[in-house]
Amino acid sequence: MSKNAIIAGLAAFVIAALFPIWFNFGGTDAAPEPELSAKAKAAGKCVLDKYDMRANHMSLLDEWRDGVVRDADRKYDAANGKQFQMSLSTGEDSCLGCHEDKEKFCDKCHTYASVDPYCWECHTTPKEINQ
Amino acid sequence: MKKSRRSFLKAAGVSALGIGVAPAIQAVASSGSTPAAHATKTKHPEALTAERWGMVIDTSKITDEIAENIVHACRKAHNVPDLNHVPDEERYPNTRPVNHDQELKWIWEEHFESAFPDKEDEFLAERFKELPFLVTCNHCKNAPCVQACPTQATFKREDGIVLMDFHRCIGCRFCMAACPFGARSFNFRDPRPFIDEINPDFPTRSKGVVEKCNLCSERLAKGLQPACAEVSEGAIVVGDLEDPNSEVRALLSEKYSIRRKQELGTEPSVYYIM
Repeated sequence: MSKNAIIAGLAAFVIAALFPIWFNFGGTDAAPEPELSAKAKAAGKCVLDKYDMRANHMSLLDEWRDGVVRDADRKYDAANGKQFQMSLSTGEDSCLGCHEDKEKFCDKCHTYASVDPYCWECHTTPKEINQ
Repeated sequence: MKKSRRSFLKAAGVSALGIGVAPAIQAVASSGSTPAAHATKTKHPEALTAERWGMVIDTSKITDEIAENIVHACRKAHNVPDLNHVPDEERYPNTRPVNHDQELKWIWEEHFESAFPDKEDEFLAERFKELPFLVTCNHCKNAPCVQACPTQATFKREDGIVLMDFHRCIGCRFCMAACPFGARSFNFRDPRPFIDEINPDFPTRSKGVVEKCNLCSERLAKGLQPACAEVSEGAIVVGDLEDPNSEVRALLSEKYSIRRKQELGTEPSVYYIM
């Protein structure tokens, strides 16, 4: 009978097709939490609230870059009342001014999500300079 | 329950009207409340601004020493790599050997006949043959590099500065071909190993990107004079060419000045007082 062979083949196919699901089941690490520096914790508020920042920081950086380079605007008054220097890596009120450790903050999620932004090809981190 | 066609159409009409009107009612209702705060982007209050930035270089005040200081200050301020710098073995292992014919320059020294090839003369005053002439991007009014750039990475800012958005540069080098002053350099390789001491206040560039003088737009934004003007001991003055009361205009109206390759019609914004 070919019935058994078909069912066995189907079962083998389903198992093979669902390989990524069952292979990772239970075995994966939890998504990493970016570590906030003492300074960032003390500041309390970022440019946008936490979830907005998590989802949209790349758009914000893009907007900042165009603002700085094209319009020479460098001061950002956020909707939550805080002021920032529109810069990724230079100055006290820049992103890196507060989130001092790129490895513990940016890289944690980027590595986990296999995202490899090329920011750091040009922008420098204090750690890198002082090493 | 039995519904006539008539009552069904009535009910459908009313609900359609409701759906159509609801957003309008919501809009009217919300307009009365306070609007959400919006983020704003502004310049720093101390930022220096101009209608059209220009530079005046007093050639009589520039000595070899001052010229060297200026070039050095610029390199340092913008992390301009020096390919003669020997890379740190530990930090950058296996760096390929360098082609020393390559140079990256934002402002550099040139002899008179190279800076002003159209004005070269057999009987040129002796002193001009020896003087160091500092040349840089001329931030032309009609910048050919801006027209050549296919990605708008090079653009003319409202205040006359011809600026680059390094993020957008695709390294096609059309701008280098278009620039009649050779003011642009290309990063044929990662510049970082060739920077002696990285300045944290300015990013470096990456491989495959063109770079040039940005008239220290990052310093102007903080209310500082460009790095070259700062260390020039008065030889370089940067100011507003369109403002009749500015220092640059006073200098230009007082003394005879020339510009590089004026016949090309690019309208350079860098003037040389002779």
